[in-house]
Amino acid sequence: MASETIALNIVAPGSRGISDRLHDWAITVDHKRLGILYILYALLFLVIGGVEATIMRVQLITAHNHFVSPEVFNRMFTMHGTTMIFFVAMPLMFGFGNYLIPLMIGARDMAFPRLNAFSFWLTAFGGFLLYFSFIGGSGLYGAGNAPDVGWFAYAPLTARAFSVGHSTDFWTLALLVSGFGSIGTAINFIATILCMRCPGMTLGKMPLFTWMNLVMAALVILAISPLTAAQMMLSIDRYLGGHFFDTQTGGSATLWMHFFWIFGHPEVYVLVIPAFAFASEIIPVFSRKPIFGYPVMVAATICIAFIGMSVWAHHMFTIGMTSYTNSFFVLTTMAIAVPTGIKIFNWLGTMWGGKIQFKTAMLFCIGFLFQFLIAGLTGVMMSVAPFDWQLGNSYFVVAHFHYVIVGGILFCLFGAFYYWFPKMIGTKLNETLGKLHFWLFAIGFHLTFDSMHVPGLLGMPRRIYTYEPGRGWEIWNLIETIGVFIQGIATLVFIVNLVLSYFNGPRAGNDPWDGWTLEWSVSSPPPPYNFTSIPTVASRRPLWDLKHPEDPDSLYE
Amino acid sequence: MNAIASPLLETPTAWKLPYRGKVGMACLIAAESAIFTIFVVAYLFYAGKSLTGPTPREVLETPIFYTICLLSSSLTIHFASKLLERGRRGGFLVLWFLTIILGCLFLYGTGQEWHRLIYDLGLTISTNVFGTTYYSLVGLHAFHVTAGLILLTIVLFFGLADRVGPEQSARVGVLSLYWHFVDGVWVVVFTVVYVLGR
Repeated sequence: MASETIALNIVAPGSRGISDRLHDWAITVDHKRLGILYILYALLFLVIGGVEATIMRVQLITAHNHFVSPEVFNRMFTMHGTTMIFFVAMPLMFGFGNYLIPLMIGARDMAFPRLNAFSFWLTAFGGFLLYFSFIGGSGLYGAGNAPDVGWFAYAPLTARAFSVGHSTDFWTLALLVSGFGSIGTAINFIATILCMRCPGMTLGKMPLFTWMNLVMAALVILAISPLTAAQMMLSIDRYLGGHFFDTQTGGSATLWMHFFWIFGHPEVYVLVIPAFAFASEIIPVFSRKPIFGYPVMVAATICIAFIGMSVWAHHMFTIGMTSYTNSFFVLTTMAIAVPTGIKIFNWLGTMWGGKIQFKTAMLFCIGFLFQFLIAGLTGVMMSVAPFDWQLGNSYFVVAHFHYVIVGGILFCLFGAFYYWFPKMIGTKLNETLGKLHFWLFAIGFHLTFDSMHVPGLLGMPRRIYTYEPGRGWEIWNLIETIGVFIQGIATLVFIVNLVLSYFNGPRAGNDPWDGWTLEWSVSSPPPPYNFTSIPTVASRRPLWDLKHPEDPDSLYE
Repeated sequence: MNAIASPLLETPTAWKLPYRGKVGMACLIAAESAIFTIFVVAYLFYAGKSLTGPTPREVLETPIFYTICLLSSSLTIHFASKLLERGRRGGFLVLWFLTIILGCLFLYGTGQEWHRLIYDLGLTISTNVFGTTYYSLVGLHAFHVTAGLILLTIVLFFGLADRVGPEQSARVGVLSLYWHFVDGVWVVVFTVVYVLGR
């Protein structure tokens, strides 16, 4: 251990010029640097996507508002959805996975470091391609023509006749390119986890974080590929005159829906399983107890992945499928609540009787538990097909999935920032600012998304750019918009915290939280080669064994 | 019980993990299979739904000879990598070259079929739904054959430069895994397009 704690930091001293250092970052194949690149890139797009959301909310703050035109509103919801899913949430998950997986399994890098860099740059340029549509969407003639077909781009909206210019093509190509990047990263995750574990770390002794990222990577491979195939078909339709989704020549608009949602629903689990992974590391450490029901957690994760592949058409109840199809997807959708519920009980079981430390990271995870439960409950409500016929395409749906993605996934992500920032940077994030961030964000989140359920129930459809007064929607829309601004302020607090702590934060040391997984055994930030000598582990909590040689976990597992 | 600081003392005697190349290729094959599945589903879904001709029954001829070429190339590449493992470089190169020839023959067959369909029978990708799905599915497969052939040719050049020996057999094995996949996909495409689709 002593040899590990001695500073082995060989990061280049400040004598090198800025262009040299930028060049180092551009050509890097180090999983830690690529992880940080993913995270920085995603944070940039988080701000952009947030601004787009704010523009929509300002437009809807009152009835008959004229803040933006209907065309701009369409572009905003398309770009907001596409950006947040593909260029914020996925890169953030890949960033944390990239950074932490090799450290947690005692490896020096990913299985394919160059593929790793290639995947990152594909994702990055995919995002830039999407945003280039603002100037190139109409071939530079009508500047400002971003995609406006919605993030699921239903046919025949995407047909040449209804989507002239190139904006839809930018959308297609951006998702194709970043999709290849995602598949590359997923292949890398699986190969790394299966082939690079340090001696003693059998599959049953891996940290839950690695298990869940393994399952997530498998889902990426099975879910992103259909999207890639569908985008190829759309390109064939638009450029080669194909008829896949052209209803006038025997093509089918429904087939696009199936292909899109075969990707679209597992994608939710691609994002939420890594969020579960964060919670499964953070909650035990701040409850001072090992995770409750490790094998059941693994089984539930795999179960979610399996069932998650067979629920996609619950997005399509309103298109009029047969009653057998509806029943099948109702039942599978309800079934997926079971393993998810098991997980919630396991996290509660971990906290039960623990000495809970209410650090900011833990606060975000507790917020996640509470909010994700509600998100799951509205999900079960909408899995009932007749209920969905009533509320499909309403603001109730928007409220539901933002509860999952913001209340569940984003809260876990913020928790992960507070938990692993010390490892990545070497300094701790400020706890006072962190708690301010948490409370502001939680209040803003609940103002926006709790009240969003109500206009949905009152019949407000999603994707409308304005509405009539006197339907009882105004007050709720006003509260939603106020909540968005509070969330925006909270995000500013977060960014200020990141910057201040980067420069002036207290030194974290190797192991600021008294953690148990291998990443806390190396210096903060870790040296480029991670481990001086490859460690050997005997249990799921190797650092516990090290700190408590009289009572190691390996005796009981 | 110092589990971390004493890497040598407590290393389990047998700690063997799978070869990352194989695992990576298996994952790539899984991803590619998903892509092909979507195209196959589209082909089957649209079978018989074209509003205008020509139909598959009128224009498609079963490419028996070229199918045999492609499938037997799986055998040649298998034995080529076996020979490489045993260090018989000459035999490896001959069989490897034969694999490339068989792959090229298959591509020639596809090209000839497309030429006949386009110029003699007037079926293009925009003629009807059959044309769209047929050219996409068969073209996607032909694209994979082409990619495989480029990779095989790179190995051939390395082999001719005497740079491929038994120590590279694991990597060559990964490439042959991909080639087997391309052949396996053809079995599916063949069944769907030339047997079920007619």
